Amino acid sequence: MTAPDAFLTRPAPPARSFRRGAGRVPYLLLLPCLLVIGALLLWPLGQVVVMSLYDLDSVRQVRGQRPWPFAGLANYREVLTDPFFHTVLRNTVLFAVANVVLTMVLGTLVGLLLHRLGRRMAAFVGGCVLLAWATPALTGTITWKWIFDDTNGLVTWLFNALPDGLSSALFGRSDWTGYGWFNAPLSFFSILTLVVVWHSFPFIAVSVLAGLKSLPSELLEAARVDGAGPWRSFWSITFPLLRPVFGILVVLSTIWDFKVFTQQYVLAGGTQDRPTFMLSIYSYATAFSPPPKYGLGATIAVVLTVILLIVTGVYVRSLLKQEEL
Amino acid sequence: MRRSALNLLGLLVAAFAVFPVVWMVATSFKSTPEIFSGGPVPFPRHPTLDHYRTILTGDLIPGVTFVDFFRNSVLVAVATVVLSGLIALLAATAVSRFRFRFRTSILIMLLVVQMIPLEALVIPLFLMIQRLGLYDTLASLVLTYVGFSLPFAVWMLRGFVAAVPVELEEAAAIDGASRAQIFRRILLPLVAPGLAATSIFSFIVAWNELIFALTFLNDQTRYTLPVAMTFFFGRDDTAWGPVMAASTLLTIPVLIFFLVVQRRMVSGLAAGAIKG
Repeated sequence: MTAPDAFLTRPAPPARSFRRGAGRVPYLLLLPCLLVIGALLLWPLGQVVVMSLYDLDSVRQVRGQRPWPFAGLANYREVLTDPFFHTVLRNTVLFAVANVVLTMVLGTLVGLLLHRLGRRMAAFVGGCVLLAWATPALTGTITWKWIFDDTNGLVTWLFNALPDGLSSALFGRSDWTGYGWFNAPLSFFSILTLVVVWHSFPFIAVSVLAGLKSLPSELLEAARVDGAGPWRSFWSITFPLLRPVFGILVVLSTIWDFKVFTQQYVLAGGTQDRPTFMLSIYSYATAFSPPPKYGLGATIAVVLTVILLIVTGVYVRSLLKQEEL
Repeated sequence: MRRSALNLLGLLVAAFAVFPVVWMVATSFKSTPEIFSGGPVPFPRHPTLDHYRTILTGDLIPGVTFVDFFRNSVLVAVATVVLSGLIALLAATAVSRFRFRFRTSILIMLLVVQMIPLEALVIPLFLMIQRLGLYDTLASLVLTYVGFSLPFAVWMLRGFVAAVPVELEEAAAIDGASRAQIFRRILLPLVAPGLAATSIFSFIVAWNELIFALTFLNDQTRYTLPVAMTFFFGRDDTAWGPVMAASTLLTIPVLIFFLVVQRRMVSGLAAGAIKG
């Protein structure tokens, strides 16, 4: 979770001369932090690449009790030529694109709406939206799963409540009890999208709202006086001025939606539903579902990381342009 | 657009956002027949605590109840918060109070590591935890979560430390206070609200995390809440009443903490400390 403030506020740079001759002190203060980040983030990041070059099929190899047969790029060859990997990659990309677009559109619209609502109404709606943001992915997803339960779920009940004739004409069935909402991949991905968008649009809305509040209101008023409608003034004034904010939000959403795990794991009830696999769950299942294939799983993790690294490069560049370090 | 239309839209958005949360809490208080009668009854007609009683007192495995998982989660989260807060405070002081070589590089590094997909680190961290002999311990999770929450904690705290007026520290230094005393007597109390906000973020990271806990724990008595939820309640033919009660108990601390952070805890402490 990241607060919007993290990139919208600018702490003043340190500016005191009497601290300049501090010598070793700052390095000592930083030491524990650098050790932890080095050991728990950077070292594993290197290690995942190393592991992807070996054939690792047992926990004993992982523990270092048995030798690691070097495989070179064989794991990469195996993954990249596997037709199933292409299905997984297609699932991941399509899902990420759909979710980023939907989250951005809904989040921006809600942000604009919050900006125009009266004070009390905005506080109420904003509070409700925050609640969705704060709900843990796990319990939010479990609740959506209950809503789509095939016997007593609310959605099943609603579809059963449709007049039989209408339901048959539209969907070809009138009795929805026992209908598996999560069985067909398209239906599964639609619900997963609903869950992920529900969980991530609040962050976009709150960030867009913060951006809108920082804009000079004179510009929008002048545009209105000149006869610009809401559509025109958004694309001619609001969007260009908030372009950096939108850029960062798109990149962050892309990163988050590319590696969705918890929601998928819970909706699918584990790692058995292969047709709906995406990269992060595919990597996990390859490594840990019996028979374990740690090397192959690491290879998929590297592919995921490389894709995200490219997106991150764009993010850091845009951030460095606007933040004073 | 007219005001009433805007308000209506606002209410629709609010309903979409809170509906699952309301539905979760409402289901947890409904009697089993009411849950299974289906239908959109938004609130329980005869509220009951049965499901809470079931999960809090019933054994999920012999001798282990939901309360044990709750305690495991609290232990992990609290240890994470303390360690991560302490290390982050030291680091934040360094980057916002000192100028030194590599300062900018370290700040950029802190940003970049936040973008590392943690999902891709499960396999190498599993290796590390195995080799350290920490497999199947709660300590393995604490270690992992400190690593995950630290970059953001430092990034966030650095703003709070920078906001404490340096004049206060200079005054203390002139009065003969040592660096350690300045840190403990001046900086720490003034930065406490920021530390609280940061701690809450670390807490939420540790409290919600599923994948690593799923991978590093084997013995069911050590499960944290999220793992226990997916393990005991993730099956088909789910008893939705107890599941929603457990979900509510897992969610409530997060919601409370989240709303607290959201207000940013604006403290007048620093503002009132300098006169003129």
